[in-house]
Amino acid sequence: MHELAITQGIVDAVTARTGEAQVAAVRLRVGRLSGVVPDAVRFCFDLVTEATPLAGARLDIEQPEGHARCHSCGSDFALSDLILLCPCGSADVEVTAGSELAVASVEVA
Amino acid sequence: MCATCGCGDDQGVRVSTLDHEHPREHPHEHPHEHPQPHEHPHPHPEQAGSTRTIDIEAALLARNDSLAADNRRWLAGRAITAVNLMSSPGSGKTSLLQRTITETATRRPVAVIEGDQETLLDAERIRQTGAAVVQVNTGAGCHLDADMLRRGLDALNPPRGCLVFVENVGNLVCPALFDLGEVARVVVVSVTEGEDKPLKYPHMFAAADVVVVNKVDLLPYVDVDLGRLSGYVRQVNPRAEILALSVTRGDGLEQWYRWLDRVPT
Repeated sequence: MHELAITQGIVDAVTARTGEAQVAAVRLRVGRLSGVVPDAVRFCFDLVTEATPLAGARLDIEQPEGHARCHSCGSDFALSDLILLCPCGSADVEVTAGSELAVASVEVA
Repeated sequence: MCATCGCGDDQGVRVSTLDHEHPREHPHEHPHEHPQPHEHPHPHPEQAGSTRTIDIEAALLARNDSLAADNRRWLAGRAITAVNLMSSPGSGKTSLLQRTITETATRRPVAVIEGDQETLLDAERIRQTGAAVVQVNTGAGCHLDADMLRRGLDALNPPRGCLVFVENVGNLVCPALFDLGEVARVVVVSVTEGEDKPLKYPHMFAAADVVVVNKVDLLPYVDVDLGRLSGYVRQVNPRAEILALSVTRGDGLEQWYRWLDRVPT
């Protein structure tokens, strides 16, 4: 349940920027290869935000797809899991998207 | 973190040193107030009129990562090598450390930070080798984070040039995401766990600098092929070194010790 600690990170990141301002919505980017489960973040969000300026805020979670670049054949390809294999057969690939774990923006009243 | 309601506080984390009197184990008596049931006491802000958007662009693990960077600088400044050991429970992390300390103690000073939800059992095992040890009990927590390592290092106070092993909480999921400030990550998997673990827990194996395959003395009794297991590790992490060994029988330990000698500070 590492999502609890990660969700606490949302509150820290937001209040560091917006202080006591009441937050109406939080937009997150949680990549599909990030190892974080959006539903678990939602589950923790109500608990963690209680009695903070984020209490009751809407949570919008964007889930960028995984992408990788192959160092052997040079192609960019979609990656649905962490099995690092290019369609050409090479395992010499670099994940270029899908690992995102960030607060993108917030809406404040 | 409270085990009952999951509310976040630090009071579940305890740091214990073993070279003097055992600290009393405080029963968890809910020292924090239970939050009121959520009855929507606040007005819904989006109904209150217009809102404005503020870009944040902050990594969710930014605080941990910044504390980990502090740890890394602190360790480097003292030429201390910190190695983070992760695995499922029962793979043989503590046994590997016991034997490693016993057989390499003359090479350089070694100290250990033990992470477990509860008990001082592992720290006690390490203490019997003569190495300095601190136990971090995470309570309900499922992983060590950079702040817990900081507190562990403060209690341990390792000497300059020391090799510090950090034995993470036995868990193939959560510890993978939390940088502690270590210089190298070791993932231990034992052959009795089956050969498919790298595919089932790819985040953990992707984070490894070295994968130690332990209990190879039991290979005749389990349906595991070392070649296939290594192939699965390669699928999620082509760069990790793979070391097959048996802590009990001693096979392959020399290559592990040689790897430890090569780890930079």
